[in-house]
Amino acid sequence: MPDRVRTPWWRNVQVLRWLAQLVAMAVVGVALWLLWFNVTNNLASRGIRTDFGFLDQPFGVRIAGSDLSPGSAVRLALLNGIRNTFALAIVGLPLLTLLGVAVGVGRLSGNWLLSKICTAYVELLRNLPPLLLVIFAFQAVILRLPPARSPATPFGWFVISNLELHVPSLRAGENYRAFSISLLGAVVLAFALWWWRTRAQQSTGRPHHRWLWSIGIFLTAGAAAYLALGRPITISRPVLVGRVVEGGYRGLGSYFAVMGALVLYTASHVAEIVRGSILAVPKGQSEAATALALSAFQRFSFVVLPQAMRIALPPIINQYLNYVKNTSLAIAIGFAEVTLIAFQAIGNGQPAPQVILILMGCYLIFSLAISLAVNLYSRRMRLAVQ
Amino acid sequence: MTVAVTPGPWVRKHLFSTPFNSVVTTVLATGLVYLVSALVQFLAGADFEILRVNLALFMVGSFPRNQLWRVVVAVLCLAVSAGMASGLLLAAARQRANTAGLGFERPSGMTALVNVVRRFWPLLVFIIVCLALTTTIAPTLVTMAALALLSASRLLSQRLHRRQFGWIAVVVWPLAAYYILSSSGLGWDDWGGLMLTIFLTVAGILFAFPLGMALAIGRRSSLPVLRWFSVSYIELIRGVPLITLLLMGVFALGFFLPLELRPSHVTRVLVAITAFEAAYIAEVIRGGLRSVGIGQTEAASSLGLSNWKTMRLIVLPQALRATIPAMVGQFISLFKDTTLVAVVGLGDILAASAFANAQPDFNARGLARITLPFVALAFWAGSYTMSREAGRLERSLGIGER
Repeated sequence: MPDRVRTPWWRNVQVLRWLAQLVAMAVVGVALWLLWFNVTNNLASRGIRTDFGFLDQPFGVRIAGSDLSPGSAVRLALLNGIRNTFALAIVGLPLLTLLGVAVGVGRLSGNWLLSKICTAYVELLRNLPPLLLVIFAFQAVILRLPPARSPATPFGWFVISNLELHVPSLRAGENYRAFSISLLGAVVLAFALWWWRTRAQQSTGRPHHRWLWSIGIFLTAGAAAYLALGRPITISRPVLVGRVVEGGYRGLGSYFAVMGALVLYTASHVAEIVRGSILAVPKGQSEAATALALSAFQRFSFVVLPQAMRIALPPIINQYLNYVKNTSLAIAIGFAEVTLIAFQAIGNGQPAPQVILILMGCYLIFSLAISLAVNLYSRRMRLAVQ
Repeated sequence: MTVAVTPGPWVRKHLFSTPFNSVVTTVLATGLVYLVSALVQFLAGADFEILRVNLALFMVGSFPRNQLWRVVVAVLCLAVSAGMASGLLLAAARQRANTAGLGFERPSGMTALVNVVRRFWPLLVFIIVCLALTTTIAPTLVTMAALALLSASRLLSQRLHRRQFGWIAVVVWPLAAYYILSSSGLGWDDWGGLMLTIFLTVAGILFAFPLGMALAIGRRSSLPVLRWFSVSYIELIRGVPLITLLLMGVFALGFFLPLELRPSHVTRVLVAITAFEAAYIAEVIRGGLRSVGIGQTEAASSLGLSNWKTMRLIVLPQALRATIPAMVGQFISLFKDTTLVAVVGLGDILAASAFANAQPDFNARGLARITLPFVALAFWAGSYTMSREAGRLERSLGIGER
């Protein structure tokens, strides 16, 4: 009689696991092969090329707000689209963060009217489709501005028409290179002071005032360099000269419509995250801070906010990703970001599978990079908590 | 001893407690007054003729006008379904309370009505606006009939409270509504307007649910191949905007299918929405699965349950219950996202507003500016009501409190 009964293979967990994986691999493989077979078959039967040679062919459409001619390559048009998507992100993300944090904190304010208005803002905006907001911002705000031949000049600082908006911008003067180097030096100096004050507080226990020191030295050094170098950077104001606008930064009306609508929409979500995170900080923390005789400002900025930020950061980054993905809604009002360019390329007879592949790749690289960073961050935070 | 609440101290405490607060209050109040007066002016000066003429376009798109009775019957079927479901839920809650030995007080008629109005006022506002825009009495009568059927079936199913009623409520009646809308040569390609928006939302979630569940379980599986496949699918889809998938569905889906298969426009869009939504639902369900403690699984295996039975009998029932609020959130977000189908050429309610705006006589008379606010009201009423109900559900289920 054998002392150990062998498990039959069909009940052996090890074997079953391998079998399940093989079956899963086979199913996925067959499905992918079937799709690939169909694609190559279909493309071949319709005479569509499967390579990426189309990138060098002419794009065929003029892109509003760019210098590209219709004859430029598809590659250049797509790059222009990616640049426009970046332009939406780089201005929109800081704006929506500021607005979202302000509204989120405002909802918790003791001022009844302020908190009610912030609540109304959040409940109105986050329950509307972003596409509708984008279209509304374009049709009801931008298109109702004065026509391009007789633009309005509010406060003398802006030139606005239903085609383009000109806003004040910074312009580099003669010595701006030297000025930026000295600003860099001021930043280094400010950091050094910060470090010194922190060390001083740790060794003597006296208040460090590091914000005061750092910002003070930065502003002093910056102002001294600015005066010494003779106005290296000036504010350029858009001025209407005849029919031409000189100076300032020029943006298409559709650019401002997409950005404005999406900033308002995403900020309502950020505000909810900020509010939830502040409420999620245990009440004992704030009470303990009161017991240590911290002022209301110190209590909020040194005790509650740092802990709330840790809770809020991953979902806020998620909202940043949503914002960038939502910039694709510009397709509805004709702002030439990367999705619209891809759409037009397909419309002009470029092969759809490859174009869409490139389009998805653009968003995917960005999203995956960000979510990798968030994962690393939250892993570090989890370790810090334990 | 009662404390008299007088307006003076309240105002001082909540609006003018510090000089800074006083400034904030004044500025905000001025802005609010300006905004409200502008809104009143806009509404008072608005001409609603464009909505009145195109109301059917907004509701059902280009659905054949001589077949509108089908929509009416479908609405009545859905009213019965909703009434039965809510009646059954109420009866179940009462039974639970009785078993637990707690009293279950039923609000009297008037209080119940006030409660309904308080809970569903955004939706009621939208319905009343729509009815005010109709030119005949028929839609009002249909709404009355639907409300009457809803309360009657609610009362009936609450009294009888049979187990099999649940299936009849959530499966049989909606299927009947679908059958009536799609029989005799009509299909979902003939639908449009708000009807199409709602259909795409419900169908998208329903089709994506099994797929999402499989992906969620696959992502937690200990088998690397399954896990990698699920993770890469989920992250791939979540990394791209819905519009790129819709473009894929409309322009490139044909390349992936055999030549004989030519799916219709709505079907292509539905495939894209399902593929998109499955990844998000997978993440929602994964959150639910994570909320079930490891002790539950361990207890199940110590009782000798197999992996499959542990998942089906122990883990999933608890996990799915915990996902209900997040699932409603996902439903709301898809409801808003379905507007994107207008970009790829489907006639949903947003596209209907564009069609109405393009009608030359209205466009010339400047009436087009009222259509987008009307569509916005439809979406806002739907999403806001659902998000409030989700919050209520979350509190009553006690999620996050155990």
